[in-house]
Amino acid sequence: MSQPVLEMRGIVKVYGNHPVLRGVDLAVRKHEVVVLIGASGSGKSTLLKTANLLERIDDGQIFLSGTDISDPRVKADAVRARIGVVFQHYNLFPHLSVLDNVTLALRKVHGVSKDEAAERGRAVLARIGLADRGSSFPDRLSGGQQQRVAIARAIATDPELLLLDEITSALDPMLVGEVLDLVGELKAGGSTILMATHEMDFASQVADRVVFLSGGRVIEEGPAAQVLGAPQQPETIEFLSRTMR
Amino acid sequence: MSGAGAEALPPISALELDRRRYRRNRTGQSVLISLVSTAVVAVIIWQFLIHSPGWKVTQETFFSPEYFMAALPLVWDGLLLNMRVLVFAVIGVAIWATILAGLRSLRGPIFFPLRMLASGYTDLFRGMPFLIVLYLIGLGIPALGLTDQIIPVELLGTVALVLTYSSYVAEVLRAGIEAVHPSQRLAARSLGLSHYGTLRLVVLPQAVRKVTPALMNDFISMQKDVGLISVLGAVDAVRQAQIQVAMTYNYTAYVVAGLMFVAFSWPFIRFTDWLTARQQAREQIGGLV
Repeated sequence: MSQPVLEMRGIVKVYGNHPVLRGVDLAVRKHEVVVLIGASGSGKSTLLKTANLLERIDDGQIFLSGTDISDPRVKADAVRARIGVVFQHYNLFPHLSVLDNVTLALRKVHGVSKDEAAERGRAVLARIGLADRGSSFPDRLSGGQQQRVAIARAIATDPELLLLDEITSALDPMLVGEVLDLVGELKAGGSTILMATHEMDFASQVADRVVFLSGGRVIEEGPAAQVLGAPQQPETIEFLSRTMR
Repeated sequence: MSGAGAEALPPISALELDRRRYRRNRTGQSVLISLVSTAVVAVIIWQFLIHSPGWKVTQETFFSPEYFMAALPLVWDGLLLNMRVLVFAVIGVAIWATILAGLRSLRGPIFFPLRMLASGYTDLFRGMPFLIVLYLIGLGIPALGLTDQIIPVELLGTVALVLTYSSYVAEVLRAGIEAVHPSQRLAARSLGLSHYGTLRLVVLPQAVRKVTPALMNDFISMQKDVGLISVLGAVDAVRQAQIQVAMTYNYTAYVVAGLMFVAFSWPFIRFTDWLTARQQAREQIGGLV
């Protein structure tokens, strides 16, 4: 099989004396959607943050398309520019219009001209169904629309990898669907995605593989149908019995 | 989860140790570079000074060791007065500024005159130079002839400090009050707390935390401005230095006073920096960016 887009080996992260990740191994291959599940505090968010170097790992190695990005000689900004991230609370810039939010990285990081960036930005907005809201400011949009804009901002630069951190947790149940539909479209479009979520139904529909984390360790992983449908480990069974009703 | 503890972790790999060594080396290098560059700049300034044509005279009139030692105890006596004034002024400012900020944050049309007065006050005293306030209070109050005794200039200076600095501090506090999320007010009022109770028990404690660095900044600024009460005739550190200069025709006493004020404010400056850093560390979760 070809080289994974993201490969994490033996990731350890300790806050003070509290280990959050205790040696996690994980790989995401091209066009693959890997879903992280687990209780709050199991290390899902921390793992995503270490993947784009927002948190420094205390041991282990991270490879992005074969390059060791955990090497301190690697320029972290350049690595982050190759990865798209969507946060739980959208984190849109309130002082910029929707289009400027989406095109900021194109213009200021990737050196794309203003006109071309605007054109590409409008194309991305059209793709997420918000073509007419480019000049609006984020606070004029609904939560679901804001999160779709945040996704647009992450995919505008055609990143190699998308990290989605519980992107529906802050949304009204009515608005969850539109965001998840968009993630489904991204998968269909061939994006490589690592996401943490509490939406088990969605995970079973869209995930190629599911990874169950608990206490900073991978307890079980495999195809979605296997992990969610016929879990082997007692911890996984207990977790799923409490979340899927 | 904590029961498992750190012993459950695998031993640190050679790779990670290597990375840590590399980072330490990088840190060492940056420290070295900054030390060297600082030393170079210091030497350049030093050379520039000692090769100036008037350096000899300047050295004698501003940096004379004998005059320095002579002025030290006298200026220190003066500084004690500055410290006393500062203590009382800080207490006065804390009370008066909180009242002003509270008045400015009152809601409802009934309180319009109070709000208006408070905002007029802060406009007036923030706009007026402190020196002018000092003269107006220091010379104007005694002129009223309210008492047969002489009003001590230290007291008048303290009043002027309180009047001026309260207006700044009140604005800082108000910014803090407004930065507390409205939902906090809703939650407090829902418990049945009054407007005043909400302000005192819920809003102000959070507001003060948000603006502590700005408040400390005002405090440090006040620490220096205490020296201005010398214009009213109070024999403080600045006045003592002035007296020394007038008697000896040597300016070293000014340098002494200047250094003393720096030494006096330095602990608070460092404390403010530490406080700000701690607050930032607490509020930011992702540590690297």
